[in-house]
Amino acid sequence: MELDFGPAVRDFRDELRDWLADHLVGEFAGHRGVGGPTDGAAWEVRLAWDRELSAGNWLGVGWPGEYGGRGLGLLEEIVFEYEYARVNAPYRATVNALDLLGPMLLKVGAEEQKKRFLPPILAVEELWGQGFSEPGAGSDLASVRTRAEREGEQWVVSGQKVWTSFGIHADWLYVLARTDPDSVRHKGLTMLLLPTDQPGVEIRPIRNLAGQDEFAEVFLSDARTGADMVVGEVGQGWRTAMATLGIERGTTLLPQQLTFEREAEALIDRARERGALDDPMLRRQIIDAWISVRIMRTTNLRTIAELTAGRTPGAQATTAKLYASTRHQQLGHLAQELAGPAGQIVGEDYGLDTRQRSFLLSLAETIYGGSSEIQRNIIGEQVLGLPKEPRP
Amino acid sequence: MDLTFTQEQDELRKVVRSFLAKYSDEAAVRRLAADPKGHDDLLWHRMAGELGLQGLAVPEEYGGSGFGYVDIGIVFEEAGRALLCGPYFATVALAAEALLRCDDEQARRDLLPGIASGGTVATLALTEDTGRWDEPGIRLTAHDTASGWQLTGTKTYVPDGHLADLLLVAARTPAGVSLFAVDAADAPGLARTPLPTLDQTRKQARLEFADTPARLLGTEGTAWPALRRTLATASVLLAAEQVGGAAAALDAAVDYAGIRVQYGRPIGSFQGIKHKCADMLTDIESARSAAYGGLWALDAGDETEIAVAAALAHVFCSEAFTRVAGDNIQVHGGIGFTWEHPAHLYFKRAKSSEALLGPPSYHRELLAARLGI
Ligand SMILES: Cc1cc2nc3c(=O)[nH]c(=O)nc-3n(C[C@H](O)[C@H](O)[C@H](O)COP(=O)(O)OP(=O)(O)OC[C@H]3O[C@@H](n4cnc5c(N)ncnc54)[C@H](O)[C@@H]3O)c2cc1C
Repeated sequence: MELDFGPAVRDFRDELRDWLADHLVGEFAGHRGVGGPTDGAAWEVRLAWDRELSAGNWLGVGWPGEYGGRGLGLLEEIVFEYEYARVNAPYRATVNALDLLGPMLLKVGAEEQKKRFLPPILAVEELWGQGFSEPGAGSDLASVRTRAEREGEQWVVSGQKVWTSFGIHADWLYVLARTDPDSVRHKGLTMLLLPTDQPGVEIRPIRNLAGQDEFAEVFLSDARTGADMVVGEVGQGWRTAMATLGIERGTTLLPQQLTFEREAEALIDRARERGALDDPMLRRQIIDAWISVRIMRTTNLRTIAELTAGRTPGAQATTAKLYASTRHQQLGHLAQELAGPAGQIVGEDYGLDTRQRSFLLSLAETIYGGSSEIQRNIIGEQVLGLPKEPRP
Repeated sequence: MDLTFTQEQDELRKVVRSFLAKYSDEAAVRRLAADPKGHDDLLWHRMAGELGLQGLAVPEEYGGSGFGYVDIGIVFEEAGRALLCGPYFATVALAAEALLRCDDEQARRDLLPGIASGGTVATLALTEDTGRWDEPGIRLTAHDTASGWQLTGTKTYVPDGHLADLLLVAARTPAGVSLFAVDAADAPGLARTPLPTLDQTRKQARLEFADTPARLLGTEGTAWPALRRTLATASVLLAAEQVGGAAAALDAAVDYAGIRVQYGRPIGSFQGIKHKCADMLTDIESARSAAYGGLWALDAGDETEIAVAAALAHVFCSEAFTRVAGDNIQVHGGIGFTWEHPAHLYFKRAKSSEALLGPPSYHRELLAARLGI
């Protein structure tokens, strides 16, 4: 697949290709393909790589120049993600701030907030975590119980957050909290920016099933943040949160899909080496795995084409996550089967190879960002217009 | 990038959809399904006269309007949605395409204008008793006589072969697979028998040839690559048709789930049904990617990519349509299992489309061969 959007974008692409060829070397090149949306592997190297990207002014390609971005358009963002994934560069450690918080601030943040927070994101000076989920509020975010009270010029926040990706590295959290104690459901929630470096914030790693300290639980007891740290309006946090969750553009699916394609190719090579292509049952599964990654690619291209043509993306933009997460898990099962007994052996300290890690981490893809069941509810109710579930 | 539809294409879809809603509604589909001939002359002429659908993708030099595959794909998608009965697939996706691909300019000049104007109903006779869609499956023989080429043998499972005016017949000569044209109107030694079909919305026929005169198209013995390419194109257009059929089945399921009440709630509010519908949509959107990918490849004209995209589209869209059409029956419960309800019409069309052009297992192998798997 070659994306070509004309001469101006081609110059941008060539500049990027040259830069990547010059800089994706040494230790960085040695970590090609490492990481994923919830993969904490090789954190320090990846962080250094993010700083390298930052020094080359490659972070925030689409962000306005006044906040440190390049001020380019969607086409360049797409080309960036594509070229980046094409050379299999390490997965960016700061992706949470780059893909979620940053766009959210650009969309609804106050001017001072943009000036204060966006440049350090692009400079990889401040790392961010998303504090939405709680022990009692996962799929049902409207039942968030963490509360925040106004005390003079400050908000005082107490409660517990959980599953915060890369939480132990976070300097700041963006937190959904209840600011109206009498409110129910999604009314009365507020989005707050909260520094972690204070006595009221305690962050403990939680080990995931791949043996990584990738996500964390966060305990907030009278943690403090400024009155000016509200994103959007007080009481409108639900809307702000939904805007973040809605930032699911074709550009972010692209690198994931290219990773899956690479895994499918590796799987076919492995199958060929092992003579597994002659087994009709495996053969069928292998062909179907190839078909599904090709379909993901075309689905993403459809969405990108619609976005760049200024059209509203069709239903495929909503079904894409359900399809990709499900099919990626099947790819992982097949890869494990083809690996044979070797797939069952890990390194020292539960050291996993790339394939094993990707397989185990794929189990999270049908949970985070809205589980498959929630996706089906959304597709059923919002795309197909089926009657809503009765709510108490 | 042209991986999305233009405003003109949206407009084409709208026009074709409302035309078919009027002339290929459920009553029309049932009438034609019950009729052994399954062809409505008036509808056929309207399709040609009012919308130019038969000649849409035929180049202008042969009397058509020279649109691309994406455009014709839109028409097939809508035809699938409306379960259009009649020889449209046979004429446009098989016969016209075979003429375009074969190496015979004179034949194109002679035969395509009739197809484009709606005057000629045509089909491709390829399969025989083995039901194979590959080169070795072609056994019927052609012999060169003093009075020209003659065909002897049997073709069967030929889409709309019972009524086509023009038969394009794949046959074997000492030089290999060759393509012949037979004017079916009063061809000596041709016997045609309609076959009763499980899917009554697409008719099939058995054709017996006994020293039937035929016109050789292109060079003797060189037809297979052109036929293989024709089948690839037809696979993609069929995939578009399957997407349309699946989308109609889902629409029916969603409508019913919104009004049918059990346990005091519309059944669509139960996750068992809602999630099934969501999975149906996911299947359909993935199938759309498969079919549209094929259409884009056809318009781009890269042969390797066409072969890959066509096989993929046939595998995925065949299976997706069958799953979705089956789920539609399930969502409807008992009513979905009746002859009176249209759900079975889609299910049977899905199952017959899956077998048309060769089963998914065959196309998986075509794909694997292309990929070197
Ligand atoms: C690797 C990983 C990283 C994450 N990172 C972050 C992060 O950085 N920040 C953050 O805030 N959160 C994060 N999350 C949390 C994630 O968003 C939640 O796990 C997710 O929304 C599901 O919530 P839950 O775990 O509480 O499961 P629950 O909501 O309790 O769900 C349990 C099961 O019930 C099903 N279920 C729930 N409600 C319904 C319903 N209405 N209909 C049908 N089925 C239902 C679910 O699909 C699931 O199968 C992360 C999760 C993972 C796995």
